[in-house]
Amino acid sequence: MAKNRNVIDALPRPVVTLLSSLVAILLALGICGLLLLVTGKDPIAAYRTILETGLTGNKLLEMLKRSTPLMLSASAVAIGFKMNLFNIGVEGQYLFAALIAAEFASRISAPPVLHVLLTLMVASAAGAFWASIAAMLKVTRGINEVISTIMLNFISLSVMQWLFDNYMRDDSDGGLRVTTTKIAPSGQVPDIVDGRLNGVWLVALFVVFCYWLIVFRSKFGFRLRSSGLNSSAAQTSGIAANRMIVVAMLLSGAIAGLVAMQSVVGEEYAYGPQATPTGFGFAGIAVALLGRNHPVGIVAAAMLFGFLDSTSAVLQLSGIPNSIVKVIQAVVVLTVVIVNEATARYMNRRTAEQTAAALRADKVGA
Amino acid sequence: MKLSRRARLLVLFAVPIALMSIVRLWSGEDALTSSDTIGASLRLSVPILLAGLAGLWAERSGVLNIGIEGMMIFGTWFGGWGAWQFGPWVGLAFAVLGGMLGGLIHAIATVRFNVDQIISGVVLNLLAFFGVRYMSDLAFVGQPGGGVSQSPPQTSAIPRFDVPFISGGELFGWKSPNILLSLEDSGWFFIGDLAGILYGLTNNLSWGTVIGVAAVPATFWILWRTRLGLRLRSSGESPTAAETLGVDVIRLRYVGLLVSGGLAGYAGGILAIVASSYYRQGQTAGRGYIGLATMIFGNWRPMGVLGGASLFGYTEGVKLVANDAISTLFLFVALAAVLLAVMAVVNRTTTRGIVAVFVSVIAAYAYLAIEDVPQSLTQSLPYLATLIVLATASQRLRPPAMAGVPYRRGESH
Repeated sequence: MAKNRNVIDALPRPVVTLLSSLVAILLALGICGLLLLVTGKDPIAAYRTILETGLTGNKLLEMLKRSTPLMLSASAVAIGFKMNLFNIGVEGQYLFAALIAAEFASRISAPPVLHVLLTLMVASAAGAFWASIAAMLKVTRGINEVISTIMLNFISLSVMQWLFDNYMRDDSDGGLRVTTTKIAPSGQVPDIVDGRLNGVWLVALFVVFCYWLIVFRSKFGFRLRSSGLNSSAAQTSGIAANRMIVVAMLLSGAIAGLVAMQSVVGEEYAYGPQATPTGFGFAGIAVALLGRNHPVGIVAAAMLFGFLDSTSAVLQLSGIPNSIVKVIQAVVVLTVVIVNEATARYMNRRTAEQTAAALRADKVGA
Repeated sequence: MKLSRRARLLVLFAVPIALMSIVRLWSGEDALTSSDTIGASLRLSVPILLAGLAGLWAERSGVLNIGIEGMMIFGTWFGGWGAWQFGPWVGLAFAVLGGMLGGLIHAIATVRFNVDQIISGVVLNLLAFFGVRYMSDLAFVGQPGGGVSQSPPQTSAIPRFDVPFISGGELFGWKSPNILLSLEDSGWFFIGDLAGILYGLTNNLSWGTVIGVAAVPATFWILWRTRLGLRLRSSGESPTAAETLGVDVIRLRYVGLLVSGGLAGYAGGILAIVASSYYRQGQTAGRGYIGLATMIFGNWRPMGVLGGASLFGYTEGVKLVANDAISTLFLFVALAAVLLAVMAVVNRTTTRGIVAVFVSVIAAYAYLAIEDVPQSLTQSLPYLATLIVLATASQRLRPPAMAGVPYRRGESH
């Protein structure tokens, strides 16, 4: 055991981080395996089905497609986390933005690429607008953003329902799935692989890249992260904390506004209460936590979630309730946050011990 | 104007009822104080009330609880399942246990491992939402009337009763007179309204509701009148000071979260067993979050939570029983604001008077101009009210000082 400790002690920090995430995932698979076993299902068969079907070409494309909204939503959440803000309101922001952008895109006419770009910009602006309410409440009235964004999620839903029912629904189709007016072909984003992967996936990758550039490689990002780590220290070195709160929240909302765009400009070409997917705001929190707010981690975590989601239809066929997939995801996040906390504690102790040892050696040497 | 405490309370109760009565006679709309509305309001208030108390117990012990919704979801599922299998009372017990399971998960993550309390709560909500889907897949699919999103219907319900002597309840087989109903039907000023409210609160009561409401005095008594309560609150206000006096903060936070989970689970059980007769996915419909709002609204005090839950439940009740009557609420607000303006003139508080006159004019205009309030917008009322309270009265709110701050034994010495 002591020997093992020494091996881990010698590992560099990124490796420990990666290892701890793997341990958390394995732990979650173990817990869910136990759950399957207790409920009379064969965990080995379930996991084998997930792997075997998930690793085929079509399913891998589906994985990429399913990762699109997750990457966007996770980046939106992560940018908040970096500023020590918890944006639970991504859900409300992206749905509001989807409605506004879909309505906007169906009403304008513009040349192909410009049409899409304008739509995406409107979506970002709408998301940022909804997030700005929480930012203003925090800066001017000191209201915790966790509470205000939760409340704003619900307010968003009812405002949207009101807007949609009274001004934006298009009943000309006559179907049960009522949506806004369909967007003209010039505003539609084509598929990369026909019917399997849409171009918005590239937009999502680009946004994650921008997230990396802005937060990890720019002067602004440095200010943002230092404010998040220690707001009063940042304040004393001349970084206006309130300004950082507003900007971070606006950026977060702007990214959040894009979450449903794969559906709006790539699949349904409209917004609809049944057509537009919900729940990505909360899934994004899970992905950001799993990816530890790092761009590479976010992409990897979004792929993992997309991978699991893509196998759910086949699982059901082989007699295992596909709802286990979502349970696995939720348990993974729970174990990840717990293991993260334990790892952080371990790393702190290790740093302290190693520093103490180095200091001792220094003294002996002198 | 100096009034004694008792007189002030009396005024606080009597004046709104008198205003309601004026509104009723003025607009001819009976629904605001009818026993139907009040009864529905009570039924809708209780789950919110219990969710608010769940938040109160957790935060008073020092742990934020965003996971109330998830604990309630566990409550609805386990309650629905237990009631379908073994009858309603066992179902309620299962609901409480299911909620406590949620509380235990939250406690292990936040108290044992110091995971960020908000993160843990959010993850718990996800886990509960998807976890019960899996369990429905196993337990309900294929059963008659059951499916992945709902349980088969229950065959028996928690008994209901009318209070004897005032609401026509039975006493040893003797049917007592129904005084309140005849008074309500009289429609007299004030008395008719008071009778309507009381009759709504005392007829066709479910024992499940009675137990739920009893959680308010129980919470107050335990948290503010017992040693355990003092210690539990101290571990939310100042855990290090509590620790130096020998209080086991970790254990108390476990207690706080288990009680919190139990209350939230019971709230879910009410939804699945008393308010309906089966479990259905999405039955909680965000009430856990309204409970959270109620806790803030009520300034982390049991009576405050009761007030907030009544207010939110009442607007829901009016919406459910008589959606057309919503606009008469504007008239009520206008009259109340006029009264406040008069009081401001008497007390010579200028700003308050100006605000009151302003509110009164807007509400009066809204009453005259708005034919019917869109239902989609009235849904957001509790959330909007919470934001307004937070924005305007945050100086007066006093949350537990150390709620949200992770605590590790012996680290602050």
